[in-house]
Amino acid sequence: MHQFIEQLLVRGPVVTDGAWGTELQARGLPVGEFPDAWNLTHPERVAEVARAYVDAGSQIILTNTFGANRIRLAENGLADRVSEINRRGVEISREAAGRRARVFASIGPSGKLLMSGEVTEQELSVAFAEQARALAAAGADALVIETISDLEEGRIAVTAACQTGLPVAASAVFDSGKDKDRTMMGNTPEQVAEAFTVAGADIVGANCGQGIAGFAAVCKRLRAATDRPIWIKANAGLPTLVEGRAVYEATPTEFASHVPELIELGASFIGGCCGTNPEFIRAVVRVARDGLVA
Amino acid sequence: MADLKSLYEAILNGDAKIAHTFTEQALQEGADPVKLVDEYMIPAMNEVGRRFETSEYFVPELLISARAMKAALELVRPLLAARGAKPLGTVAVGTVKGDLHDIGKNLVAAMFEGGGFEVIDLGVNVPPEKFIAAVNEQGAHIVAMSALLTTTMPAMKTTIDALTQAGVRDKVKVLVGGAPITQKYATDIGADGYSENAVGAVGVARQALGLAAK
Repeated sequence: MHQFIEQLLVRGPVVTDGAWGTELQARGLPVGEFPDAWNLTHPERVAEVARAYVDAGSQIILTNTFGANRIRLAENGLADRVSEINRRGVEISREAAGRRARVFASIGPSGKLLMSGEVTEQELSVAFAEQARALAAAGADALVIETISDLEEGRIAVTAACQTGLPVAASAVFDSGKDKDRTMMGNTPEQVAEAFTVAGADIVGANCGQGIAGFAAVCKRLRAATDRPIWIKANAGLPTLVEGRAVYEATPTEFASHVPELIELGASFIGGCCGTNPEFIRAVVRVARDGLVA
Repeated sequence: MADLKSLYEAILNGDAKIAHTFTEQALQEGADPVKLVDEYMIPAMNEVGRRFETSEYFVPELLISARAMKAALELVRPLLAARGAKPLGTVAVGTVKGDLHDIGKNLVAAMFEGGGFEVIDLGVNVPPEKFIAAVNEQGAHIVAMSALLTTTMPAMKTTIDALTQAGVRDKVKVLVGGAPITQKYATDIGADGYSENAVGAVGVARQALGLAAK
């Protein structure tokens, strides 16, 4: 195990953070606007989100750089700002974290499908390597490749991220198939765990795609398929639409009530994805770290 | 004689080359193009859809089968047109204004092509005016809109309103889809059809145009 990861886990499971996009929207990010650009235009509001998670007890916070690869930045007219947006993203989280939390810098997917020729392997490799280098140079403690639907793309991203020498977490979305235990491209937890492990990931996991109740089975299967620590970031539940806005019905307490089972099934890193906020993290901290019943 | 069962298998297995070769061979040997489509090609795509619904097939299998179907259809289509058979219809597909996601939209476009529709791909971040132009200038019978984000789905309603204001709402059927979209939302904004996934979109399109289910 990577020494840094080993040290992190010495005192048991580690609580990560929750959703960023919805928190930024609550602070005025206009509907449909690209969140990562706010690292340059509204750094103080991005910092508020980062601080809110640190204050809630997150031992690891991510960065507002999920879409800051060249391919997605180009779609938003920001292709020449790759290093700047990533650097500011790390700096903002780093400052909020202080000595209280670690910064795992976020790398999301390209939004293009290799199989339909929307992007090439070479383009992906170049884009992920560029983003990973920028995040590493800015002082991230580790990198997290998250919300991966296409294992091929995930493998390319992990390989690129590992070149920085930083610890790398790799996390896929299981939202397909009748049991929601496959990725969009049909891969199983076993296939994902093996591919990420072989590619060099130090942590393997699942995030997004479904409510926390569905994560137990996936967590157990990931655990059995790799010797790497497991990373879980679940959605708050299934969203229902109220006047065109997504509303997540699970409460922080309900969400946290699933955490002991996930830890028992082998999750070492626990946090939230869509629909979660600092209140969810507070509830998770109480259960995961302080051993209280939710 | 070309083995027509192999054409069915080629589409089901997503082998575009074999699908193309068998279709070509069958046509040279005088096979009836309508029979090829109705008895082998469409049933193969129906089986692909069934396997997707039952989680035997996933997105990669859908994509390669749709490609094989397209390869076979390209050979048949001119023959059908020459006989005066009307094409199924033209679908203008696009991801709505403010939304840059194209994976789902591309999948649906591939399935429409596999289902025998002409497809005009308007791309992502498509403003209402472009959908209107596709109806007015390119004769689209269907406007199919995609949105991945809860924050961009209201653009579907904006586009439907714009179609109404432009006076073309009656000339076109509007279909919507994407992760946050539900049947209720589709009904609320006045869309003519909704599908939960790319496979279902073809059936919904046929239904919207009053074509028999296949």
